[in-house]
Amino acid sequence: MIKNRGITFKLIFFIMTSCTLIFTLAFGYNYLFSRRIIIKGIEGNARDLTQLTVNKIESILRPIEKVPQSLAFLLEQSLCEKEDLLSVLRALVVNNPEIYGATIAFEPYAFEPDSLYFAPYFYRDNNTIKFMYLGDDNYQYFYWDWYQIPKEIARPVWSEPYYDEGGGNIIMSTYSVPFYKYEGDKKVFKGIVTADVSLSWLQDIVSSIKIGDTGYGFLISNNGRVVTHPHQDLIMHETIFSVAESRGDNRLRQIGKDMINGKTDFIPFKSLVTGNKCWLSYSQIPATAWSLGVLFPQDELMNNITRLNWVVLFLGIFGFLFLLAVIVLIAGTITHPLRGLYKATKDIGTGNLDFNLPVVASQDEVGKLTDSFRYMREALKRYIKDLQETTAAKERIESELKIAHDIQMNIVPKIFPPFPERKEIDLYALLEPAKEVGGDLYDFFFISEDRLCFVIGDVSGKGVPAALFMAVAKTMIKTIAHEFGSPEEILKRVNKEIYQGNDSCMFVTVFCGILDIKTGRLCYANAGHNPPLIIRKEGSVDFLNIAQNPAIGIIEEATFIGQELALLPGDAIYMYTDGATEAFSKQRELFSEERLKKEVSACKEISAQRIVENTLEKVKDFAKDAPQSDDITIMVLKYLK
Amino acid sequence: MHKTFIKIFLIIAILACFFYTILPTYASENKLKKAAFISQWVPQAQFAGYYLAYEKGIYKKYGLDVEIINGGPHISPCDSLKEKRADFINIGLNTAIEARAHGLNLVNIGQLVQRSAIMLVAKKSSGIEKIEDINNKKIGVWTGISQIQALSFIKKYNLDVEVVPQTYSVNLFLRDGVDVASAMWYNEYHTILNSGYDADELVTFFFSEYDLNFPEDGIYTLEETFQSRPSFCADFVRASIEGWIYAFTHPEEALDIVLKYTKEANIPANRMHQKWMLERMQDLMLINNSIEISGILQEDDYYRVADELKNAGMIDTIPSFDVFYKYCGAYYDKK
Repeated sequence: MIKNRGITFKLIFFIMTSCTLIFTLAFGYNYLFSRRIIIKGIEGNARDLTQLTVNKIESILRPIEKVPQSLAFLLEQSLCEKEDLLSVLRALVVNNPEIYGATIAFEPYAFEPDSLYFAPYFYRDNNTIKFMYLGDDNYQYFYWDWYQIPKEIARPVWSEPYYDEGGGNIIMSTYSVPFYKYEGDKKVFKGIVTADVSLSWLQDIVSSIKIGDTGYGFLISNNGRVVTHPHQDLIMHETIFSVAESRGDNRLRQIGKDMINGKTDFIPFKSLVTGNKCWLSYSQIPATAWSLGVLFPQDELMNNITRLNWVVLFLGIFGFLFLLAVIVLIAGTITHPLRGLYKATKDIGTGNLDFNLPVVASQDEVGKLTDSFRYMREALKRYIKDLQETTAAKERIESELKIAHDIQMNIVPKIFPPFPERKEIDLYALLEPAKEVGGDLYDFFFISEDRLCFVIGDVSGKGVPAALFMAVAKTMIKTIAHEFGSPEEILKRVNKEIYQGNDSCMFVTVFCGILDIKTGRLCYANAGHNPPLIIRKEGSVDFLNIAQNPAIGIIEEATFIGQELALLPGDAIYMYTDGATEAFSKQRELFSEERLKKEVSACKEISAQRIVENTLEKVKDFAKDAPQSDDITIMVLKYLK
Repeated sequence: MHKTFIKIFLIIAILACFFYTILPTYASENKLKKAAFISQWVPQAQFAGYYLAYEKGIYKKYGLDVEIINGGPHISPCDSLKEKRADFINIGLNTAIEARAHGLNLVNIGQLVQRSAIMLVAKKSSGIEKIEDINNKKIGVWTGISQIQALSFIKKYNLDVEVVPQTYSVNLFLRDGVDVASAMWYNEYHTILNSGYDADELVTFFFSEYDLNFPEDGIYTLEETFQSRPSFCADFVRASIEGWIYAFTHPEEALDIVLKYTKEANIPANRMHQKWMLERMQDLMLINNSIEISGILQEDDYYRVADELKNAGMIDTIPSFDVFYKYCGAYYDKK
C-alpha cells in the first residue's frame, strides 16, 4: 500500500517512524538509566538517613539502659538495706531527668519474708519526686509484662510502648532489668529494676524526619504497633498488621513481619498518608527491637529527573513537529516541481508545449530536471517548428511530385487505340510507376505514312531525376526519330545527345523498333533493354533475338547494331521493363523472364490490351502485398494485316 | 404542583402537631424503668449487643432506661451486683457459679454465649504441632477462675508443663517468655495474628473441642431482683438479645458504636480487631448459622462447668441448676 503513496507521505512515514524508534530507544534508555542512578542515590541516602536516625535513638536509649543496669548490678552485689535501696532509687530518678519513674520490684517474699509485694517506686509529678509502693491485690505486679517478660526471658527488655497512667497521652516504655542473687551456686531470680521513660523525645526525633513535603518517618514496636506516625489515629491503636488487614494488603503485612523481625531494607511502597508511590527504608533499633521506617516520596525525589524527562520528551515532540515541518517543506520543494513537471508531461502528451514550468531556485536534481524540461520544451518546440516546416516542404514536394507524375503520365501516350484509322496494328501500353514518378518510358508514333516507330525504355534510378531523364530521353527520341529512319541511327544519335548533358551519369535502356505496317517488316535496335517477346500467330512465344548494345548515356561514341524481323499478320511484339520480370514475391522470388514467357504464352487470340492487362495482373498476383520495387511498363504491338 | 406541595405540607404539619401532643402522654404513661448494667471488661465488641440495644433505643422500646457501666481490670461485676451498683451484669458461667457457690445470690437469666472461646495458642516454631508437644514447655495460664479449663486440659492430657501466670497481654508469649499462651479466640488470638504471626505459623487448641466447653457470657441479676421484677429482667434480656441481633445484622454500624465507646473510655482499639471480635462473637452466639439467640442455659453445660470447678477446688458445693438459672422466656408475653 505504501508504495503507491506519494513521496511526501513516504518521506514522512519512513523518516518519522525511524526517528520515533531512535528517539524512543534513546529516551527510554536515558530514562531508565538516569532513573536507576537517581534511585541508587536515593537508596544510599535513605539507608544512611535511616541508620543515622536509628543511631541517634540508640545513643539516647543506651545511656538510659545503663542506669537500671547499674542498679541491678549493685543489687546483685551488695545493696540490701531498705534505706540505702530507697535513697539510691530516689537518686536515680532525681539525677536522670529522662527517667520518669523507677522501681525495684522484688519477687514475692524475696525482700522481706513476710511481705508478698515489695516494689518501691519513685516517679515525677509536676517537677517533684513522689514515692509509692507498688503491688496490692488489684495490682499484682509480678504478673505484668514489665516484670514477667524480663523474668521469663532472663534478660533486660524494653516494654511495648503504653500510654502513661495519668492519661496525659504520653507514650511510655519501661526498661526492665532482671537481677539475681547467688544462693550457693544457684543463681536465683530476685526481681526487676525498671526505668519508665517517656517516648516523646523519640516521637520528636521520628516526626522531625521530613522528606520533601510528604515523606515521613514512623516507628513500630516489637508487636508492630504504631508508635509514631503522621496519622495520629494510628498511634497505639493500630498495628502495621491491622492496617494491612483493613486494607487487605498482604504485602504490607509481609513488610511488617520483616520489620519486626529486625530486617533492614529499601523497598518500593505506597504511602498510607498520600497514597503516592514511595520508597520505604526501614531498619531496626537494636536496643528496643522496634523498627524505624522512613518514607521517601518518589514523585518529589524524582521531581528533577521527572522534569528533565518531561523536558526531553517535550523537546522530542517539538523536534518531531519541527522535523515534520522540515520534511513537509523539503518534500514540498521536490514534489511541488515534480507535480508541475508531471502536469507538464501530460500537457506535452496532449501536444501543448506552452505549459508553465515550476519555478525552482535550487540547482539540485529537481532544479536540473526542471532545466532539462525547459530545454526539452524549447527543443521540442524547435523540433516541431522544424517538423512543421519540413512537413510543409515535403507536402509541397509531394504535391509537386504528384504533378510530376501527372506530367510524366501525360508524357507517354494515353489514348488507346492510338491510331484508330490504322487497322493493321493493335497497340496497347501501360506504365505502372513504382513511386509517384518513375523512369520507364514508352512511345509510338508514325515517322512516315506506313512506318510506325515505337520505343520502350527504362532509366536507371527512380524518382524525379529518373522521370526528368525519361522525359528528356523520350522527347529526344521522338525528335531524333523523325530525322533518322533506322532504329540504330536513332539510338546512336540519342546516345550522343544524352551523353553530352549527362553529368549525373544516368543511363537509359531502350528498345526501339520501326514497323512497316504495309509489309510487316520490323527493324529494331536494342540499347541494353530486356529482350521483348515475339508472339507468333500460330502460338509460339520467343524472346526476340537481340544484339549486345550498351545502354544509352554511358559511352559517347557508342554504335548500335540494327536487326530485322518479318512480322506476319497475327504476330505481336511483347515489350516490357525489368519491373515486370524482377518483381519480387513475398518469398523474395523473382517473377523471371521464363515465368513471363509462360504467362505471355497463355495469352492467345486476344487483343493487345488484354495481353497487357492479363500479364500485369499475373505479375501483381505474384508480388501480392510486396511493395512494387520498380516501375512496370508493358507494351504490346500486334500486327494484324 | 404548588397545590400538591401545600397539601403535603399541611398533612405533615397536622401530623407533627398530633405527635407533639400524643408523645409526652405516651412517655409519661410508660415511665422508663431505670436499670444499670456492668460489662465484665473494658469497652469492646464483646459487648456490642448491649451498646447497640442502648444506642438504637431498643432498651427504651422495652421501657428501660439503661445505664451501661464499663468494666475493667479493677472492677468486679459481682461486687457491683452485690453492692447494687448494677442491676445486671455480663460474666462468664464459671465466674457466676463460683460467685453463687460463695454466697452471692445471683441468677442466670440469659445465657448468650454457648461455646467457649478460650484456647491455647502455640508457635509452630517452638516445635509444637500436637498436644503431646506441649510437654516440658512453658504455658501461660490466666490467673483466677479462668485457669480452670487450662488446668483441666493439662490434667486431662497428663501434660508435664511449667505454668506461668498470664494476665492481660500476650506479650510474654510474643517475646517467647512462654511457649503456649491462653487466648480468647475473639481477642488475644487476633492480637497475636496482628502482631505479625500468620495463622499457619500457629497451632491452636480450642477447649470446646476437648470436652471442656464452658459456655461463657451470660446475663446475671440478683435472685431477689428476678423474683420481685421478673418482667423487668425479661425485658432487659430480650432487649439485649435484640441488640445483639441488630449488631450482627448491621456490623459496620455496630463497629462504629463500639469504637465510639472505646474512644470515650480512652482504650486503644482498632477497627479490625473489633471487627474480628464481633464476627467471632457471632460465631459463638449464633450456633448453626441461625440468626437467633436462645438465651437458654443447658443443664449439662451447667453441671460440666460446676463439676470442673468443684474438682479444681474452686467451689465446695454445686448450686442447684433450678436455683441458678431462671428462664426469662416465660415472662416475655406477660408484658
